[in-house]
Amino acid sequence: MMERIPILRMGNYLLVTIQVDMHDKLALTLQDDLTTRISEVNAKGVLIDISSLEIVDSFIGRTLANIASMARVLDAHTVVVGMQPAVAITLVELGMSLPGIRTALNVESGMEYLRETVTSHQESDDDGDSTED
Amino acid sequence: MSDLLSAIQQNRESILKDWLQNLKSAVQRRDLIGERELDSQASDMLTAIAEAPAGTSLKDFNSPGWQTVKSMLASLSASRAVQGFSPSETALFVLSLKPSLFSVARKQRGGDADGLYADTLMVNDFIDKLSLHTTDSYIHGRDQVIARQQEEMLELSTPVVTLWDGIVALPLIGTLDSARTQVVMESLLQAIVQTNSRFAIIDITGVPTVDTLVAQHLLKTITAARLMGAECILSGIRPQIAQTIVHLGINLEDVITKSKLSDAFRLALERSGRKVVRMDKPGIAGASMQRGA
Repeated sequence: MMERIPILRMGNYLLVTIQVDMHDKLALTLQDDLTTRISEVNAKGVLIDISSLEIVDSFIGRTLANIASMARVLDAHTVVVGMQPAVAITLVELGMSLPGIRTALNVESGMEYLRETVTSHQESDDDGDSTED
Repeated sequence: MSDLLSAIQQNRESILKDWLQNLKSAVQRRDLIGERELDSQASDMLTAIAEAPAGTSLKDFNSPGWQTVKSMLASLSASRAVQGFSPSETALFVLSLKPSLFSVARKQRGGDADGLYADTLMVNDFIDKLSLHTTDSYIHGRDQVIARQQEEMLELSTPVVTLWDGIVALPLIGTLDSARTQVVMESLLQAIVQTNSRFAIIDITGVPTVDTLVAQHLLKTITAARLMGAECILSGIRPQIAQTIVHLGINLEDVITKSKLSDAFRLALERSGRKVVRMDKPGIAGASMQRGA
């Protein structure tokens, strides 16, 4: 049985909590699973909690950025929350400022951001041709 | 060779007296060290030399027999460094032993010119090595003092203050170098996590110069804070520094900059949905007017 990171659904949002050390294969599996789930449940927001992640390398950083871009293509906003100071310093030293990723301090403020952006986008969608039931 | 050592042993009293006389005429730092302390230090040192284990030769400075002398001298020099002696004053302590040992050798050898020459060379070499050792230890002691002071300065110079619930500020004072910026970066990020702050204000009013390296460090700190989900505001950029930044071609366009800390604080309050208003109570207004008059 291969190791997988669980993806939880909460209404329009998907929650991912990374609680194990990420290795390259796990990151790629997460990318696969997450994109599949987003299109399955038509998710509008993705929250990735990395507060327990202590080691990060350039590959993981790039995968996170990729996941965010892929989610955006699938019409979902991504927010990465709870990055540890050491991880942030490492990423900056690696030259990865991850400009495409939204970040938040903790799950609470991350959810707040998702609610705000998703609601405002739906409102602007409603002005045009509404696809909502 | 061991003849000379045994002669030193026998004439310890007279050597000590002679040495102290030399020492006191050469070093005039009574303000830093008492006469009695100097006496006891010289006596201890001479005893350590005279009572070197059997088979230890003055020729072989690296032999384990001289370990006691060396360590005694090292701690003495280190303490002199702390007391404020100069390196030459510290080295004079052993160097002034030289004439006394020469006279012992002369007494011992009598008219034997070749033997006296050999002894003199040997003593000369030995004392020179001792004094080099003294200087090394002295410098080492100084280095430790400098390292400790640097550490203290680093600890003192990076206070992260909480301005409001969710807003922290880091007032930077003094020159920023790589080591200090690293500490600044770590303590700011740590404070952001601890206080759960969404806004961090970096105030560089007290930073005299900003070069490319400092700017790069600041940008790194700001990016790292952003990765953690906090927003950084840079404040207190003086006109000269603004000119330097533009001339150096540093791109601060992605960074929010404010001229004063108060402006940055106002922005942070605004973004977190807060506002500072003046109270309309007549009592307070009257009091402030009185103070203004």
